[in-house]
Amino acid sequence: MSPPTLRVENLRTHFFTRRGVVKAVEDVSFSVEPGKVLGLVGESGSGKSMTGFSIMGLIDPPGRVVGGRILLGGTDLRSLAPEDMRRVRGNRIAMIFQDPMMTLNPVLRIDTQMIEAIQAHADVSRGAALERARDALARVGIASPEERLYAYPHQFSGGMRQRIAIAIALLNRPDLIIADEPTTALDVTIQGQILFEMQQLARESGTALIWITHDLSVIAGLADDISVMYAGRIVEQGSVDQVLDAPLHPYTQGLIASVPGRGRRGEPLRQIPGMTPSLLDLAPGCAFRERCARADSACAEDPALSRPAAGRQVRCFHPLIA
Amino acid sequence: MQREPTPLQRIAADFGESKLALAGLALLTLILFVALFAPLIAPQNPYDLAQLDVLDSRLPPGSKAGNGLTFWLGSDDQGRDILSGIFYGLRISLLVGVASTTCAVIIGLTLGLAAAYVGGRTEGFIMRAVDVQLSFPAILIALILLALLGQGIGKTIFALIMVQWAYYARTVRATALIERSKEYIEAARGLALPPARIVLRHLLPNCLPPLMVVATVQVAAAIALEATLSYLGIGVPITEPSLGLLIKNGFDYLLSGKYWISFFPGIALVLTIVSINLVADQLRDVLNPRLQK
Repeated sequence: MSPPTLRVENLRTHFFTRRGVVKAVEDVSFSVEPGKVLGLVGESGSGKSMTGFSIMGLIDPPGRVVGGRILLGGTDLRSLAPEDMRRVRGNRIAMIFQDPMMTLNPVLRIDTQMIEAIQAHADVSRGAALERARDALARVGIASPEERLYAYPHQFSGGMRQRIAIAIALLNRPDLIIADEPTTALDVTIQGQILFEMQQLARESGTALIWITHDLSVIAGLADDISVMYAGRIVEQGSVDQVLDAPLHPYTQGLIASVPGRGRRGEPLRQIPGMTPSLLDLAPGCAFRERCARADSACAEDPALSRPAAGRQVRCFHPLIA
Repeated sequence: MQREPTPLQRIAADFGESKLALAGLALLTLILFVALFAPLIAPQNPYDLAQLDVLDSRLPPGSKAGNGLTFWLGSDDQGRDILSGIFYGLRISLLVGVASTTCAVIIGLTLGLAAAYVGGRTEGFIMRAVDVQLSFPAILIALILLALLGQGIGKTIFALIMVQWAYYARTVRATALIERSKEYIEAARGLALPPARIVLRHLLPNCLPPLMVVATVQVAAAIALEATLSYLGIGVPITEPSLGLLIKNGFDYLLSGKYWISFFPGIALVLTIVSINLVADQLRDVLNPRLQK
């Protein structure tokens, strides 16, 4: 097993608002190996995007990373000076965002945006940068990149724009790409193509990939490992096969059951009752207990992460036994 | 691949869809032309006292001067040709309007962007200054400033800058706050582009459309305000009359039937402001993505 590209240990990101402290990310640990894909799954507000932003060092006040370590190839990103962090961001770690319509600057041509991304990190000539931009566009499957380089974002469809965003992320050959729901806004067919290409790119280049999504079907086909987040904490972790075939946490089970399946035609769809709790001054104890059928008085305590099997973790007093 | 029209070409094409706006643009072009080349096309140099004759004063439109010159729009109380006076007056009015707006835009843009991007105490300080500024009527601030500074073109421009910058700062900040939260700014930060580059290349150009609209409307407002100040006798000096001062010069004679001294400069002022507003309106429609088909 190769040493992990990224290891996150006990990451805690809090937002200090006037109404209280929001623990957006609380005690989150995971690691990704080169060429592997980690799926970070959870509902809206579960802290999965904030985990991504914390790794990038892009948390704005009133938010702050208050604890834990973010180790990229052995260096703790939290200990880096802002100037050194700037060299990492967009260079060794790249990020792809959710909305392809918004992720490119509408007033700048594609070539301008790609060249500035390269020149921000490498001392190369415009010509050389242009060459690299062209190669990157070709790699994400954009036909005739030579001409498309000189187009404006509005001349591309959503899928094409997301490809360009991916090409920009690939420009500086990062060790790690954090993708924040990049295919949510796309057609399923386009989504399929992009997922396939991303998987291939990760394998070929040895880039580690963190795929943030709420869509379990995407994760099932793409990821190697999966971390399920709920209310800022990781509630279950393991390989995709283990977690999806035999979920241990009631929340994971509920998530899987909420995906409409073909074998269950006519049956009412299952859902998890209730809503994600507010992270503002969250009461101690299991955050899921209000919505959990298995909850009892024990759940008023904070459950710890237990390791029921090799490579598996679950944060529950009453895990479903596989 | 067929070369797509650039954004500028698209704006030009959309602009041409309104005949009224095109007429406004044509009129504005004519006015600008006249103002620019006033020394070449004006029948008389109204600032050159040697060309003036008091015997020619207050002649009705169409009458001949002593030296054979025709006063197509009449002459004023000092024997100046009204038409030439308008040509030269337009220069002053447009200069004051455009120069003050340009400077105010630059100041407002800088402060507005700073407020939106830096945030925190800087933003609080700038925006409270804007609030205080906007709580006084523009004419009052301009009156006080000119009363303190005295007459002069430069001073009038300065007063109009002080009156206007707050509008732009507020507009730019509002736009910049919206643009700043969009993902392309987040993406640019994710690429660790230098902050100056993010602000100047990514944030600023996307804040310009609403600013351009406000600025065009404000040029017209600035010209009107300058005319008001000059009419009150505290704007530009009497030796270099703007349209407002020309109107004032004829005011005393309005009731004695010599309407032309005030009337024609007034028409010129109205045409200038209307043409600018027509262009500004269409520009607003063209630049507003929500109104696009």
